[in-house]
Amino acid sequence: MEKDDFRGALGPPDEPVTREHQEPGQPGGMDRRVFLGMSLTAMPAMRFAAATAKAAGAAATHPAHASGASAPAALHTVPVTLQVNGQERRLELDPRTSLLDALREELALTGTKKGCDHGQCGACTVLVDDRRVLSCLTLAAMASGHRVTTVEGLAQGDQLHPVQAAFLKHDAFQCGYCTPGQIVSAVGLLHEGCPDDPAHIRECMSGNLCRCGAYPNIVAAIAAIQEAKGGKTA
Amino acid sequence: MRPFAYSRATRPDEAIAAVAGNPRAIFLAGGTTLVDLQRLDVMNPDAVVDINALPLTRIETLPGGGVRVGAMVRNSDLANHATIQKRYPVLSAALLSGASPQLRNMATVGGNLMQRTRCYYFRDAISPCNKRTPGSGCAALEGYNRIHAVLGTSDKCIATHPGDMPVALVALDAVVHTRRKNGTERTIPITDFHVSYGDDPARESVLEHGELITAVELPATPWLARSTYLKMRDRASYEFALASAAVALDIERNTIRNARVALGGVATKPWRSREAEGALTGAKAEAATYQKAAAAALAGARPQKHNGFKIELAKRTLARALATAAAMKTA
Repeated sequence: MEKDDFRGALGPPDEPVTREHQEPGQPGGMDRRVFLGMSLTAMPAMRFAAATAKAAGAAATHPAHASGASAPAALHTVPVTLQVNGQERRLELDPRTSLLDALREELALTGTKKGCDHGQCGACTVLVDDRRVLSCLTLAAMASGHRVTTVEGLAQGDQLHPVQAAFLKHDAFQCGYCTPGQIVSAVGLLHEGCPDDPAHIRECMSGNLCRCGAYPNIVAAIAAIQEAKGGKTA
Repeated sequence: MRPFAYSRATRPDEAIAAVAGNPRAIFLAGGTTLVDLQRLDVMNPDAVVDINALPLTRIETLPGGGVRVGAMVRNSDLANHATIQKRYPVLSAALLSGASPQLRNMATVGGNLMQRTRCYYFRDAISPCNKRTPGSGCAALEGYNRIHAVLGTSDKCIATHPGDMPVALVALDAVVHTRRKNGTERTIPITDFHVSYGDDPARESVLEHGELITAVELPATPWLARSTYLKMRDRASYEFALASAAVALDIERNTIRNARVALGGVATKPWRSREAEGALTGAKAEAATYQKAAAAALAGARPQKHNGFKIELAKRTLARALATAAAMKTA
């Protein structure tokens, strides 16, 4: 069973970011996310076996693609070591695994969202070595040995990251699906520096789409942080 | 995505050997084109050689005054480099007009030269496409071809080269440095690097299999500081060009001594217009001259059913870019 089917059956999509930082065991007890996370921990091994079988089948039914090198490729895994939110995570992955899927499916860090899976929406934005990138177009193996920061890694305990706090204060989201990507992208923007007028903020955030159209409040949230930091961030 | 073997190279020769030894192997740089097209089942390498660890990340000024840019320099780093902004503003502007901040942090100079077309029939992995499946035909010729090329087309392919940075490099007369499996290096003028789609649309550059781009060299030419990039598209940002122009002008006492003109979004390769340059050279730096140059640049354009508007759009884009460059204050 795919996790997305699971979620669909449970009704509304993911909660906005305010719920992302609820720790297991906090008041509220076992929430849906914790339950999902637990159900998923048993899945990677099963899923990998299925993917390998599927891949082998695909190669067999497409002789044009099944050159000498492709048969072993189907069984090939690569060791991947990621420093995720300050923790070293060692994985053994099918080379096709995107950084996005590694985070969501292998490490149960579902804060990072899969939108288009083709580099066109920004929902999957994470920081690699403090630079914002798209985790859907990054193979997990490419990130091996590098530091990855996801939306889960921004808060310090109960203390929200200033960008998270500003998004709350300025009501910078509606459905919340794009929000983790927006927030991580805004953190990247602050690292990179961006002139603090709305037109430049919009350009600096152009890689993150929001179908609800929360853009004015997203721009306001970022402008407020820039102002608090004393104008142009660099 | 089909299975592939992944390996990571730390030295150029190691990467070259790994790709050259397998006709179905490919270099992986930023991944913004390749991973996308693998997921779409458009590109199906058996082996992917990750070159992100190669030490090709320097931007250095050469003794002769030119600038050498390592192939693994990220687009964002090149765009924001002080020397590039000052001496080659067209390059910085073209880079910043492309994609999004996230993609610019990933994409590399070498990889960006190898970017594939956004033709939807190429990308759908199903339609007849001489570029994806040689000999299968071209769905775009009779299909919806609003984004397609009006220059450099053939009856086999009308796909547009999608890039911005390569258009600026053409206007700068950059030189591509490569290395091959026998250890030999070669330099390729950027105008010879990409090829128009004639009989073989699958071939997009003169690179041999396993030949690695190691650097791009920008010439010392001082008047390239008077250069700019103008990009027209369906939305304000994060979109491919419908038409773009990269121009550089050498002006003395209101007369154009030298000019460089390149067009993007309208041709099957980053398009150098020597016709426009001819119309500009020796002429007065004024609106009538820019319009003449624009007409010359598009004189050979061949519209398809849905993209005729690109001819007028490209003319106006070029004329405006020339006026903007002429008005630039240079040191």
